[in-house]
Amino acid sequence: MRKLLLLTAVILVGLVFIARLFYLQVYDNSNYDLFEDTAIRKEFNYPKRGYVYDRNGKLLVANQPSYDVMVIPREVVSLDSTDLNEFCSLLKITREDYNKKLERATTYSPRLPSPFVSQLSKTDYAVLQEKMRKYEGFYIQKRSLRSYQTTIGANVLGDIGEVNRSIIAKQPYYRLGDLIGKQGIEKTYEDILRGTKGIKFIQKDRFNKNIGPYKDGIYDTLPKPGKDITITIDAELQAYGELLMNNKRGGIIAIEPSSGEILTMVSGPSYNPNLLVGRDRSKNFSKLYRDTIAKPLFDRGLQAMYPPGSPFKTLNALVGLQEGVVTTQERFSCNMGYRYGNRKMGCHAHVSPVNMNIGIYESCNAYFANVYRKIMDKYDTPAQGMDVWSNHIKSFGLGNYLNNDLSVGQPGKIPDAETYNRGYGENRWYTTFTLSNSIGQGEVLATPIQLANMAAAIGNRGYYFTPHIIKNIEEDSIPSDFTTPKYTTIDRKHFEPVVEGMFDVYNKGTAKYLKVQDIEICGKTGTAENFAMIDGKKTQLTDHSIFVAFAPKDNPKIAIAVFVENGYFGSRFAGRMASLMIEYYLKDGEITRTDMETFVLQHSLEHEYEKPYSGEPFGINRQTTLNPVTEEEFQNLLEIKSEIPKS
Amino acid sequence: MLRDQRRFKFDWVTIIIFLLLVGFGYVNILSASHVGEVTSYFDLDQSYGKQTIFIGLTFVLIILILSFEAKFYERFASIIYLAAILALVGLFIFGKDVNGARSWYGIGSMTIQPSEFAKFATALAVAKYISDMQTNMQTIKDQIKVTAIIVVPALLILLQNDAGSTIVYLAFFFVFYREGLQQVYLVIGFSLIILAVLGLKFGALIAGLVTAVVLTIAYFFRKKKRGSIFQYIIILLVCIGFSYGVKLFYEHGLKAHQQNRISLWLRLEKDPAKLERMKKEEAYNLIQSEQAISSGGWTGKGFLEGTRTTGKFVPEQHTDYIFSTVGEEWGFLGSSFVVILFVVLILRILFLAESQKSQFSRVYGYGVASILFIHFTINTGMVMGLIPTVGIPLPFFSYGGSGLWGFTILLFIFIKLDSNKINEW
Repeated sequence: MRKLLLLTAVILVGLVFIARLFYLQVYDNSNYDLFEDTAIRKEFNYPKRGYVYDRNGKLLVANQPSYDVMVIPREVVSLDSTDLNEFCSLLKITREDYNKKLERATTYSPRLPSPFVSQLSKTDYAVLQEKMRKYEGFYIQKRSLRSYQTTIGANVLGDIGEVNRSIIAKQPYYRLGDLIGKQGIEKTYEDILRGTKGIKFIQKDRFNKNIGPYKDGIYDTLPKPGKDITITIDAELQAYGELLMNNKRGGIIAIEPSSGEILTMVSGPSYNPNLLVGRDRSKNFSKLYRDTIAKPLFDRGLQAMYPPGSPFKTLNALVGLQEGVVTTQERFSCNMGYRYGNRKMGCHAHVSPVNMNIGIYESCNAYFANVYRKIMDKYDTPAQGMDVWSNHIKSFGLGNYLNNDLSVGQPGKIPDAETYNRGYGENRWYTTFTLSNSIGQGEVLATPIQLANMAAAIGNRGYYFTPHIIKNIEEDSIPSDFTTPKYTTIDRKHFEPVVEGMFDVYNKGTAKYLKVQDIEICGKTGTAENFAMIDGKKTQLTDHSIFVAFAPKDNPKIAIAVFVENGYFGSRFAGRMASLMIEYYLKDGEITRTDMETFVLQHSLEHEYEKPYSGEPFGINRQTTLNPVTEEEFQNLLEIKSEIPKS
Repeated sequence: MLRDQRRFKFDWVTIIIFLLLVGFGYVNILSASHVGEVTSYFDLDQSYGKQTIFIGLTFVLIILILSFEAKFYERFASIIYLAAILALVGLFIFGKDVNGARSWYGIGSMTIQPSEFAKFATALAVAKYISDMQTNMQTIKDQIKVTAIIVVPALLILLQNDAGSTIVYLAFFFVFYREGLQQVYLVIGFSLIILAVLGLKFGALIAGLVTAVVLTIAYFFRKKKRGSIFQYIIILLVCIGFSYGVKLFYEHGLKAHQQNRISLWLRLEKDPAKLERMKKEEAYNLIQSEQAISSGGWTGKGFLEGTRTTGKFVPEQHTDYIFSTVGEEWGFLGSSFVVILFVVLILRILFLAESQKSQFSRVYGYGVASILFIHFTINTGMVMGLIPTVGIPLPFFSYGGSGLWGFTILLFIFIKLDSNKINEW
């Protein structure tokens, strides 16, 4: 028995040790990761982010270097008091900040680098770099920040910011502190602009000193620079659009019909893209983000969904022709509206009876109610008619996402039989229930970009290209989806009468005072009723002013949709702005209708936007007054205008 | 006596394992200590260069040991022991301080650590004493005398501030037990260790409570209804007193670094800030060593490819922490191989010891096995974080001349004794 004690002990110890080794080396460390090996320093080399140019080759976005202090918490060695004070003063932070930041980084991960202080100034960087070796666990990471060469197009260009943890969890390429496109083209073209960062694995010793490349650098990679891109935006037109939108809220979308290229994408109010660069980014961003009244981050050109109103009537005329239920000469009478049952859809005073041409340029509600009913009545049930109609309308890119390369968007809404079946029950609704669709109200919703695209499709007489913002990628081609025409369900021959009608809107109709010399513009005014909740009560506000146009009439070069919040009737603000934009673009910056320009620049709608928050009763539409800006502000805007071609 | 071939019947299993350990140790010392390119294996500016010399001299030493008569060691055991004691005493006058321990003689640029040689000397003396016809390990008198043989060098070493090497002398407990020490010592020894750990971890009160429960069970299941309940109460009080004493000793008797090592091992520190500081200071070695081992995975990163070894992350890696190099560069397979080598070596020595005809050889062999076992267990256990930090080398493996020679002499005296067993009648 006595012989067995040591024998047993030896065998037992051997087994325990092997078990411990198994736990440490195999169980606990099933995958050794070079990235997590603290003996290897990982040096990231961030490539140049691709530049952004406008369609005329003007540089919009370039880069500037920036330096972050990064920390790997478990490698931090406690500093003595003097060193710590020195470190904090170099970083311009307090001791409390130091502890707080370190704690936050540790909570994220003791092993992985976190940004400690982001975006040092160049002078701070120079001083700090000398002493960095003393502070174990910290290092300086060079990155490149954006440098905007312009003050316009914040919603187009977007910005870059530090990745958040949920992105890192999904895309392991990114590490904490990396920058990623957050909005606009920076977001949609992130992969192209970003390039690929390079990495160097360096063997270090326990004194944090580099002793050479790990395994002679066989795992090292070189950074791949990001590709430059050219976008379809015309920077001057964009600047002009933003100028016109001053003191107003709304969106302008201009598209080149022959290619689907987006020439301008204005959202007002806008902001200077330089606000979202550098150390103040998060401060400025949250200020913009928290402005829930003006909503500068809400891209009204892409995200604002409204009943499109009158411009939508043109589509109903096209569907009527395509379905063969109406001829261009067929007349319907209108006596201040359209009566059905004991109800009436109102209209304004104009000649009667009206054919298609008059119907369009007079925007006669009764005419389109008749056409709409004829479309529906062609089929046995309202449901069949509704689906046929819905498919025609949707073929214009309405009622669904455009699937383009913009970072935000809305589908809008085009109802179909299913919509009403859900609301009323199957076979329990009739065409009269849906009659508002005939004049672009009811269940119809669209965004300005969808309306601009609709105008492009009409101008093209039956097809459109998906509106997109990419024109050219360095050493690469743009997606073929953007260069493939999308045909509507309406035959080409049916477009001419509708185009003529829209042309007559300028000749005889609601836009006759908006004519521009030497340019044949086809357009359509519109208004959208809108409501706000004030003290829990649904209250109507002044109508939104809408205008849709393309020019020239044949082979259009530009299709545009303008939408001005609470701008009242379509020709007042939106119409003027659309005509000015068209003239500016087609005449290369020359404006002959300075009267219209002066009107737009001189008038602010800020007083309209204050109404719901004023707490006082207010009038809308007819009861509104025009509110001029100060002379100083007006001169200031003219000054900005004179600088557009130079900037 | 005929000088026939049987006289040279050395145990080749032991010798081969010895060679494997020394060889593999050298490979790892090379990896752990080299700075820059390895230009010459004899580069005396580098630790591995010196180790080349040490290993070379080891073979001279082996030949020397094997060429003595086996009887020589038994006959001169006492003298060797006395010489070792003298060498230890001499340190107080001629010794040299290294890292706070006065354990070295400096001869030119070389240093000699007598405590490494005192181990085999003590093993010889213990074997000599126990194998004496007059000795009976069951008697208190002999127990005290034989304990004195190990306490003298242990105490001297402790006074030189080398607590780690002192602990090694506990190995002789296995020898005494094998040679007749009563079972009760084993029980008491175990109980005291458990009490000490319980007392430190949970306090004297909990330790007392556990003891009370055990004693109550023992009281009701005792075979003979003999002995009053007071005996049990006295035992209980002694136990509580002991665990309280351990706590007091831990708090006031130990040096700060020893206290911290135990605190880390038993996870006694609750204050997170202090724990964090301890992890960076006292536990730095341990954490680095565990990380190095852990990063080795199944097969390791390969010879000279260990990132933590190359970066010299584990201080003292070529000496006490050499096993972490094995772990990192040779992985689970390599380090298990080393563990198995040690286990087989110790078992082989045990087997040989039991087969000795002379009691001297058997006791000595047992001593060799026990010393190697304690060294292996403490060193390897420490490096992989199972045992509190105790600074003793891994036999045959760690860098250092004295250590390598001390263990070589220890082992080869036994190989010599074993080879002679056929001639003993």
